[in-house]
Amino acid sequence: MTNQPNLPVVPENAALLDTVVTKHGMFSPSAGGDTSGFGGLVERFELAPAAMKPFGGWFDDVSDAIVKAAAAKGLPTESVFERVSIDRGEITFFVSPQNLRTVMQVLRDEPSLRFEMCMGVNGVHYPFETGRELHAVYPMQSVTHNRRVRVEVAVSDDNPHIPSIVDIYPGNNWHERETWDFFGIVFDGHPGLTRIEMPDDWPGHPQRKDYPLGGIDIEYKGATVPAPDKRRSYS
Amino acid sequence: MSEQTTHSTADPYAGFTDTTEGRVHTVTGQDWDTITGAAAGQTERLVVNMGPQHPSTHGVLRLILEIEGETVTEARCGIGYLHTGIEKNLEYRTWTQGVTFVTRMDYLSPFFNETAYCLAVEKLLGITDQIPERANVIRVMMMELNRISSHLVALATGGMELGALSPMIFGFRERELVLDLFELITGLRMNSAYIRPGGVAQDLPDGAVEKIRETLDLLPKRLKDTSDLLVDNQIWMGRTVGIGFLDLPTCMALGITGPVLRSTGFAHDLRKSQPYCGYETYDFDVPTVDTCDVYGRFLLRIREMQESMKIVRQCLDRLKPGPVMVEDAKIAWPAQLAVGSDGMGNSLAHIRNIMAESMEALIHHFKLVTEGFRVPAGQVYQAIESPRGELGVHMVSDGGTRPYRVHFRDPSFNNLQATAAMSEGGQVADIIGAIASIDPVMGGVDR
Amino acid sequence: MGIEEKLPSGFLLTTVEKFAGYARKSALWPATFGLACCAIEMMTTGGARYDLARFGMEVFRASPRQADLMIVAGRVSQKMAPVLRQIYDQMPGPKWVLAMGVCASSGGMFNNYAVVQGVDHVVPVDIYLPGCPPRPEMLIDAILKLHDQISDTKLGKNRVREIENIEREALSAAPTSAMKGLLR
Repeated sequence: MTNQPNLPVVPENAALLDTVVTKHGMFSPSAGGDTSGFGGLVERFELAPAAMKPFGGWFDDVSDAIVKAAAAKGLPTESVFERVSIDRGEITFFVSPQNLRTVMQVLRDEPSLRFEMCMGVNGVHYPFETGRELHAVYPMQSVTHNRRVRVEVAVSDDNPHIPSIVDIYPGNNWHERETWDFFGIVFDGHPGLTRIEMPDDWPGHPQRKDYPLGGIDIEYKGATVPAPDKRRSYS
Repeated sequence: MSEQTTHSTADPYAGFTDTTEGRVHTVTGQDWDTITGAAAGQTERLVVNMGPQHPSTHGVLRLILEIEGETVTEARCGIGYLHTGIEKNLEYRTWTQGVTFVTRMDYLSPFFNETAYCLAVEKLLGITDQIPERANVIRVMMMELNRISSHLVALATGGMELGALSPMIFGFRERELVLDLFELITGLRMNSAYIRPGGVAQDLPDGAVEKIRETLDLLPKRLKDTSDLLVDNQIWMGRTVGIGFLDLPTCMALGITGPVLRSTGFAHDLRKSQPYCGYETYDFDVPTVDTCDVYGRFLLRIREMQESMKIVRQCLDRLKPGPVMVEDAKIAWPAQLAVGSDGMGNSLAHIRNIMAESMEALIHHFKLVTEGFRVPAGQVYQAIESPRGELGVHMVSDGGTRPYRVHFRDPSFNNLQATAAMSEGGQVADIIGAIASIDPVMGGVDR
Repeated sequence: MGIEEKLPSGFLLTTVEKFAGYARKSALWPATFGLACCAIEMMTTGGARYDLARFGMEVFRASPRQADLMIVAGRVSQKMAPVLRQIYDQMPGPKWVLAMGVCASSGGMFNNYAVVQGVDHVVPVDIYLPGCPPRPEMLIDAILKLHDQISDTKLGKNRVREIENIEREALSAAPTSAMKGLLR
């Protein structure tokens, strides 16, 4: 992403990690022949803009504490986080899959951090972000210090492996199974990674963006209402 | 499914299959003698299946139990029998239409689902401070009334599953009082899609405040029936005291929140620690019990209902005239509904406004209803305290009119993982009580 | 059903039909198949205000082998459909199915991969009840209409003829998708 004059400088490698949504046109699906002029509209939205230090408030304390404790466990300080993003008053730490377990251990055990609760795993599928399509998001809550952070891990469709943190946060057991069921992210080291919501022999991972919604067209008294994913949508 | 499957002619569901772990025999009744010969000499693992269709498993929950006599050696939950794909459906609906889907997840506490979703949308929009005060007060009031009705169902169905049928009748009778209020205010008894992004769908009708006050005067007397019947009742206590023990370290390890966590003595309530919708301005306590068992959770729910009634009274005193939707006309849901001669529909004043008086109003109405408003890109996590625990929403927007990804961290989904910890080593009958005290709602578990 | 089915059609069989219909509808025991939100409304209908006991139906049998009526209340997911069929098969005849709510009748608002678009894909349905969720009064209305249907059911030879008539009409009936021009 080009640096814009009134925004902080973004470091070189940040461009590789940006999640940028590009939208073309106003209406979709369009059968061609869009004379409104909006068909050529191109909009770009950045989903997690990188934040530069100082972050402000308690974000710096948490971030420094994680880096310090992770370094004590052997991780190089510059690469503990891939990126940090602050948006709408919430901080997100992007972590690589190799560092995830160390960061999670540190988040739980360090006295200044004490994030006792991991509120599950959520998967998000960004098919346009080649090489980093599947994101697993871990919202964390510290009851002692009454604050929340988010840890996000991005893996590619070709190698969707993330280490499991069930031994650190046992409550994540079913959440990881659900994320495997719906997105196909394999959690290495999970005690029993099987489907939990869909039937055991269901093919595919339903909540990925390339999986169809699966609805049927409704016909009633001469009118046909198309399935929800076939209707006109406004992007 | 295994390739080698033999079926007896009598019942298509009976038979045996060869799996990687040996031969599995399925018996469905009056065919026990088919397995005695074949299974001779093999170590027996008796796996009993409870559910998913079962009167006592609190919904479509499948319990897979390994039993030795009456003692449970292993208990696992099979879920997913009510999976509806709501989260994926939300990606094909506008932000406001999402409320109707989200409301049907945890169907006993629909207002909580709606509020969590709407608070997350408002956080993404950045209009959390612009929600009018009357809308916030109404939201709190509906949520606390919903908490009362949800706890009533928890007590009623919990009692029924343990064999106490009168609390079931009492609980549903009290619940009718609250549902009458919901119907008066929102139009529907359940699943009303009343709380919309930006405020609430419409204002309280005339006479609602008096009706709520009447109900609040009547409820404590009715609740006394249930509590007189069950509190200090030796049979009830024999079934519930010491059952389903889950202490604080176990709760924190499993991420359990809600009445189960508060029954360990730890007063963790998001309404106090991370308030939303103006909860910090209300005067209420967070009840706790420290017995960590089913009986304690039952007492806790009764006390929480009383605290909720306190909050509703404060809401009623606090209601001041004002708008119930955010002022920004590009977000606010335009329709003001009224009951006409042919049912409920757009009020005539609104129709006169959009057709005759203001072109902008017509355009806004049209665009908001067909296209919806656009939410800036980003992601948020919003959590509220539902009757079952922490209900969290993780919402990702890509800048469009539809959510990109919405995930609900439902409290029942998380809390059901405690079944094994609560039940193993106990008796089969105690599992029912333990699960009833978690009060899972399978619609929220499976979404 | 036994000796009553063997009676020759005529006055004797008609009286037996009336009596059997009356007996069957007066104590129709439902099987618990509450799934989702409609199940709560079904429980409310069995509660104190909308009393199902006045129709003899307050005993929701846990075991399908003791039940006559299966009220499918709620959305049937793909995982639940085989269980639904198994419960239906375990019910002894005569049995009836009431699809309660729009999710059971047609998939409802959930037009997607996870929900069976109408339980009539899995079990034969006798009466459909729309609503999301239907009010208890609506459920009682559907049950009363089902009672009328049950009390008019014939026996023996008349029943065979009745089934043939119903099937002939159903095969030649116009599907709603072909009824063009009826939407205002």
